[in-house]
Amino acid sequence: MPDGSRSTLPFHLHRFHGGLHLEDHKQESATRPLQTASLPGQLILRLKQHIGEPNEPRVAVGDRVLRGQKIADTPERVAAPLHAPSSGTVVAIEDRPVAHPSGKSDRCIVIEPDGLDEAIAFEPPDLERCSREDLLRLIREAGIVGLGGAVFPTAAKAETAAAHPIQTLIINGAECEPWITCDDLLMRSRPEAVIAGIRHLQRILEPAQTLIGIEDNKPEAIAAMQQALDEAALTDTRLVPIPTVYPSGGEKQLIKILTGHEVKSRHLAFEIGLLCQNVGTCAAISDALDRGQPLTHRIVTVTGTGVREPGNWVVPLGTPFEHLVELAGGFSVERPEPIMGGPMMGFEVRLDAGLVKAGNCLLILNRDHRPEEHECVRCGRCTDVCPAQLLPQQLYWYGRARQFDKAEEYHLFDCIECGCCAAVCPSHLPLVQLYRYAKSEIREQQRKSWKSDRARKRHEFREARIARQKAEEEERRRKKREALAKKKSTPAARPETELDPVQAALERVKARKAAQQVAPKNTDNLTPAQRRQIEEAEARRRKLKQGPDS
Amino acid sequence: MIILIAVLVLGFIAGSFGLLLGFAAIRYRVEGNPLVDQIDALLPQTQCGQCGYAGCRPYAEAIANGEAPINQCPPGGEQVIVALADLLGVEPEPLNEEHGEHKAVPMVAVIDENTCIGCTLCIQACPVDAILGAAKHMHTVIADECTGCELCIPPCPVDCITMEPLKQTLDDWKWEPPPLPGESFDDDDDEAPAHA
Repeated sequence: MPDGSRSTLPFHLHRFHGGLHLEDHKQESATRPLQTASLPGQLILRLKQHIGEPNEPRVAVGDRVLRGQKIADTPERVAAPLHAPSSGTVVAIEDRPVAHPSGKSDRCIVIEPDGLDEAIAFEPPDLERCSREDLLRLIREAGIVGLGGAVFPTAAKAETAAAHPIQTLIINGAECEPWITCDDLLMRSRPEAVIAGIRHLQRILEPAQTLIGIEDNKPEAIAAMQQALDEAALTDTRLVPIPTVYPSGGEKQLIKILTGHEVKSRHLAFEIGLLCQNVGTCAAISDALDRGQPLTHRIVTVTGTGVREPGNWVVPLGTPFEHLVELAGGFSVERPEPIMGGPMMGFEVRLDAGLVKAGNCLLILNRDHRPEEHECVRCGRCTDVCPAQLLPQQLYWYGRARQFDKAEEYHLFDCIECGCCAAVCPSHLPLVQLYRYAKSEIREQQRKSWKSDRARKRHEFREARIARQKAEEEERRRKKREALAKKKSTPAARPETELDPVQAALERVKARKAAQQVAPKNTDNLTPAQRRQIEEAEARRRKLKQGPDS
Repeated sequence: MIILIAVLVLGFIAGSFGLLLGFAAIRYRVEGNPLVDQIDALLPQTQCGQCGYAGCRPYAEAIANGEAPINQCPPGGEQVIVALADLLGVEPEPLNEEHGEHKAVPMVAVIDENTCIGCTLCIQACPVDAILGAAKHMHTVIADECTGCELCIPPCPVDCITMEPLKQTLDDWKWEPPPLPGESFDDDDDEAPAHA
């Protein structure tokens, strides 16, 4: 065969440190075919479903929206817009409980579907004419984020990576966490979409080779993907079944298994010419570029010991989790514990929260009593299983002593929170929970110190500005004083005999008044009788002026 | 003669070291007191003056000179007192309540824009230029820059400024400490053993 996709050469796999063989619990949900979920009464769409800048609504309460219509966006680069998953009316834009470990509320757009599921006209772009930038823009506009769980905007990731020479594109179909089977079902039911998405990524990134990593506990998915790969005849693309070890689906772990490279602490994969994308993301890219459809639905596994009929559904985003429980036949236990994600890395969610792009699985377990924690016995098993090669025991001591700076020195931030350490701890210590807590404390301290640095700079700037204004004012006054002094020094040369200006003014007024008094008007051309009368009047005035005492 | 040589040699050595030290003193001269900078870096920079000094830096200078105790900063609270005690090698003391209470939730000033008469008095009072406005025009607080120092409240002639708790976003949310065996979590004496 001319293409390199079905190379019979043995592929040399590497091993990452530690890891666990867990009971995979995949059969419960993977044995049923993929189903389409019914529409719920309300779709509750959190405005921010990705890592990066928050979205702003592009619709108002009362608007009618169609499936695929953009309802929220932001001009920022690291973000992804949100689209209506079905036609209906926007009934609220408000704070609602969201799928978040805090169980708190955040801004959501609430849509009441009308059941018609009318869509906007999807126009597949003319891919022949599209440049790399056009493709990235289309991926962004379709609201695509990493569907493996990190929900980092795909266009931003690919754009940053495309600036570097990408040697190997890695497609992550490992799906290593127990219970979750959504990627498995996707690869079995739509392998051609995954392959088409990979082809688009290859066009953008131009990698020398592409490796698809799938854990060997998914033989049907491997067979379906291999067949689709053969049909598509992609060059330099190879499907590699990898051994089932948790957490082989972690980005750094999968890179190690497939290429033997290790991504350095606080570095990113593309810096060494590698890029990882999840199979779900690839299918979403194909939907966007081949059909013009934005990301409005995703496959969700609803499973666990607490539901009657586990399975996988194609679910519109924003569907409340309680609706998913109904789809799976309802609770089968009295005290259910709903978890978004898997048992290792997932977190408890409220059932009234809406599905987000990150929601690959709703796991319902029986809320049983957690075994009591005991003091650390220093067995070192946590160190043996840690896939990041950290020293979990040291991190534990520093974490509980709140010596967070020390914990940071021991590379706390390289912890991928896979939970292996806590799973093997014979003392049942909540290790990974402690690391999450320590990380969030450190992040808060960093935020605080960033804020106080900013306040200090602004304060210092203000002080400097006030000092400068004062100096300028002082300078102005000094100049004015100097000018006045100069003016004064010129009249000082005049003879001192001259009158004071105030005195002189007073004299002038006096003189004018006197002049007015001695100059009676209309005295010309008077008759002798009139003159006499005037003289008499003047005589009386003189007499009066001399005073009554005379 | 030997004594003379010894004196000359020792004198030469002493002289050259003296020159070296003198040069180093000028070349590597440190401007200002580095301790003040270190203390200032730990203070919360609200510039509120609740400590009795005209801002965070004057308080830092007073601490460095031994004129002020370390427990007079209400916005910093216990965290800052512990950090200062660590830096200065003294015992942490509880916050002196005379200077105010520590507020657990960060606060931000809010101007009621319907009541504001545009007198600019609050703008002049704000230590971090976080209030925007002009004479006879409405003023508003830049919430991201507000340190919650409350210095703008007393000068306002129409009492239109209130302090409100800063809205917490989910990005600022913190995980709770998990339950651990043994001593309670707040116990600071809990020392980490050195790595074996």
